[in-house]
Amino acid sequence: MSYVRPTFRHPDAQKNKLGYTRKAYEGAISTLCAGCGHDSIVSSIITAFFEMSIEPHKVVKLSGIGCSSKTPAYFLGRSHGFNSVHGRMPSVATGANMANKDLVYLGVSGDGDTASIGMGQFAHVVRRNLNMIYVVMNNGCYGLTKGQDSATADKGSKSRKGAPVSFESIDLCELAILLGADFVARGFSGDKKQLLPMLKAAISHKGMAFVDVISPCVTFNNAPTSTKSYSWVRDHMEATATFDFIPLQQEILTEYDHGTTIPVALHDGSIITLYKREDKEILTNKKDAINSLEEAKAEDQILTGILYLNPDSEDFHDINQTTDTPLNQLTEEELCPGNEVLQAFNESLR
Amino acid sequence: MKRIERTNDFVVRFANVNGSGSASANNLFAKVVYRLGVPVSPKNVFPSNIQGLPTWYEVRINDRGYLGRRGGADFIIAVNGQTLRDDYDMVQPGGYFLYDSTRELPAGFDREDITVIDIPLTQLCNDEFSDNRMRQLMKNIIYIGALAYLLDIGLEPVSDSITKQFAKKPKLAEPNIRALEIGYRYAKKHHTDSCGLSIAPSDSVGERILIDGNSGAALGALYAGATVVGWYPITPSTSVVEAFERFASRYRIEAETGRKYYAAIQAEDELAAIGIAIGAGWNGARAFTATSGPGISLMSEFLGLAYFTEIPVVLINVQRSGPSTGMPTRTQQSDLLSCAYASHGDTRNVLLFPSDPHECFEMTADAFDLAERLQTPVIIMSDLDLGMNDHLCTPFSWDDQRRYDRGKVLSGEELDKLEKKWGRYLDIDKDGICYRTLPGAHPDKGAYTTRGTSHNEYAAYTEGSAAYERGMNRLLSKWETARRLVPMPEIVMRDNQKKLGAVYFGSTAASAVEALDRLEESGIPINSMRVKAFPFQGEVFDFIAEHELVFIIEQNRDSQMEILLAGECQVAPGKMMHVNNFNGLAITARMITNQIHTTLLAREKPFISPAPVAQKETP
Repeated sequence: MSYVRPTFRHPDAQKNKLGYTRKAYEGAISTLCAGCGHDSIVSSIITAFFEMSIEPHKVVKLSGIGCSSKTPAYFLGRSHGFNSVHGRMPSVATGANMANKDLVYLGVSGDGDTASIGMGQFAHVVRRNLNMIYVVMNNGCYGLTKGQDSATADKGSKSRKGAPVSFESIDLCELAILLGADFVARGFSGDKKQLLPMLKAAISHKGMAFVDVISPCVTFNNAPTSTKSYSWVRDHMEATATFDFIPLQQEILTEYDHGTTIPVALHDGSIITLYKREDKEILTNKKDAINSLEEAKAEDQILTGILYLNPDSEDFHDINQTTDTPLNQLTEEELCPGNEVLQAFNESLR
Repeated sequence: MKRIERTNDFVVRFANVNGSGSASANNLFAKVVYRLGVPVSPKNVFPSNIQGLPTWYEVRINDRGYLGRRGGADFIIAVNGQTLRDDYDMVQPGGYFLYDSTRELPAGFDREDITVIDIPLTQLCNDEFSDNRMRQLMKNIIYIGALAYLLDIGLEPVSDSITKQFAKKPKLAEPNIRALEIGYRYAKKHHTDSCGLSIAPSDSVGERILIDGNSGAALGALYAGATVVGWYPITPSTSVVEAFERFASRYRIEAETGRKYYAAIQAEDELAAIGIAIGAGWNGARAFTATSGPGISLMSEFLGLAYFTEIPVVLINVQRSGPSTGMPTRTQQSDLLSCAYASHGDTRNVLLFPSDPHECFEMTADAFDLAERLQTPVIIMSDLDLGMNDHLCTPFSWDDQRRYDRGKVLSGEELDKLEKKWGRYLDIDKDGICYRTLPGAHPDKGAYTTRGTSHNEYAAYTEGSAAYERGMNRLLSKWETARRLVPMPEIVMRDNQKKLGAVYFGSTAASAVEALDRLEESGIPINSMRVKAFPFQGEVFDFIAEHELVFIIEQNRDSQMEILLAGECQVAPGKMMHVNNFNGLAITARMITNQIHTTLLAREKPFISPAPVAQKETP
């Protein structure tokens, strides 16, 4: 079955700085279940890239296997995509990024793809601080194989099938902070107001920007007893600190007005304004970030928002000292030392 | 006793404890022989261990240029107490046994058919050096000094080599030369006429260089413009990437900024290692990885992805003894089948079989062109013997006019000029190879999703049987194109009647050529074909078809090349006879001649007369 989106658009549709309408950022129609949280995330991704006026063809979409990994087909139809193998998106993203540092790399994964089969690759791509946005669409279950528990399902939580989860759940955000990620955020697919600026900030961040989005599975894991259901998340969500994303030179009005604001500049000059809660420190401190997560957990709350941020992040190319020209654009001239060097090498062996 | 008296034709074997610094001393010996112009082939037989276990270094010296393993040893330098008995027993009758006489030989070492040369290595060393580390290292140089006398090399060629080795650190040369002289003087004083073996300067080496295959492969990748390497440490492939990084840190640095024209990433495992190479290949960089047996198993899923989505990637497989962890520091050619058809489903991969370091260089460089031309994985089938041991080979050279073949990649301008709709998997040229695009090429043309799921000509997901079959059949048509592009086999005719043929490949070449020469000398001419690549060309099929009986010489238990040939070439049953060695040490000419003799003797049809007598095999 194939779906085609109607081509008609309102003639006065809003255009971004590049002159593109939102349509230029859309993809094929979703084949996910109606009401799937992933579709909301897709919509926020489209809006984020559209509003930030990033050229769609300068974005690379990568994914593993699973419902979440199918979503890159539903956004940025003018971008190259790579639907790779289960749990291995991070290595493919690493190679792609090595080849051309000038593009924006957006990895999309799920909780099975990241927290189980891909745990090793997740850990190491974070550790390498690859310059990418890593989005996990986290629904606590394996949707595509019909609802088995995943490693992020909360212990004791009951999915549609009714059996409580026996094992401790993996908190990907906490893990990412421990592993050295410099940008860690958690959102909820049902809260676009928070998700959109979160994604924009992640896109602006240089280095690994990890975004875990709780995204209920309407078919297999939306029972009121599940901690990944719409109702449970809504009732137990607590924002760390509300925040806004302010692109370079373009202040936008915030809808939040409480607390003290603290601006944090990202490498491209854009600013995240974190709204400090009265009782919490600003989360540019690793220890505080982990404490906040643990405290929220102890109170049966899901902490959302930007959980940790190091604005002075160095990405892999900085560490590697890669040349500024993308490696895939170098030619024989830079790459091949030539016969004279080879003859000298032969001679050195004699 | 009849002493072995030979010049430039014998085997010297060093028995050491690993981690004692013996490798560089032994290597120095081989280098000196090489510099005297005498063909030499050193083989390091080492344990999977860092310190304290037995290790051997076997040096074959052969003026005729036969440099495969010969087996046996004419001269053994025994400095490892753990293996003293075995080493003693291994000396060929008439041969020589040099040992550290600081400790007396135990009772029962009473062979009368060998010459025992006693030198108190530890005593001499301890008298001269006080530092513990020096005492350990210099002991090795003292026996090299003794050899310099015993084998008539003289002091100068060795001290020259030491000076050259420490050109940048002359302080280090001094104690080495002192130790060398101690050994030389002692041997001269106490063993004036103990040894009938000698090395005489020769011009047989010519222009050839002495280098390991892994360095050759690394240089090939460097010259071919590889910029991204993902890797995970595994013996015996590790030194490929280490050498690449060493060369790249010298020749791939931007002059103005000091920044790198490459990225070498030590990954978390082999899956990630090839994932990185595939991601980079997909995005238009020349990328590779290097691994060995267990790594091949782990990389198999990704190889299938690259095959099915058509992404160029080069994989250097330095084979070792399997299965499982097997003998990780011993050689074998036992990954043929697992590489040829690596991954689930109908998958087939291009293989190249280099036989010496020069070919490791050339074939690796060519592999990048082939991979990008064919948009598929290309696997270099090296092995531990070829990769980690030094081999004499033609010097490297590079045609500065050569341009990389980047294959069918459409630029933004080319996309604009297209009259018909572009499809990633449309076979426009009818060679099975389609046009690809790279991310960022064009604002609104040429974007597609690469997927390991089935896809149609426009890269869209499909579960339609017809589209799936078309894609799979096109991959077969691309396989036919690959057949025309890979290197041709090397055929040598010795018998126009084409009775007997022999097929070999890779590092088996050195011993195979020697064996076939010997057989011809004894009246059994056998035509030979060295296979250089998979898929096999028509010439390979024809060679087998034309001969009555074909020996397949290979270094594995299960005759994997024979299976591959039987499956791909429609060979009549009983036509191919296997000649194998899988003991972890490189195959010898004697093993080959003996197995061929045995086979011929057992056959009703008299291929040879009179019946030859098998020579005794030595381990």
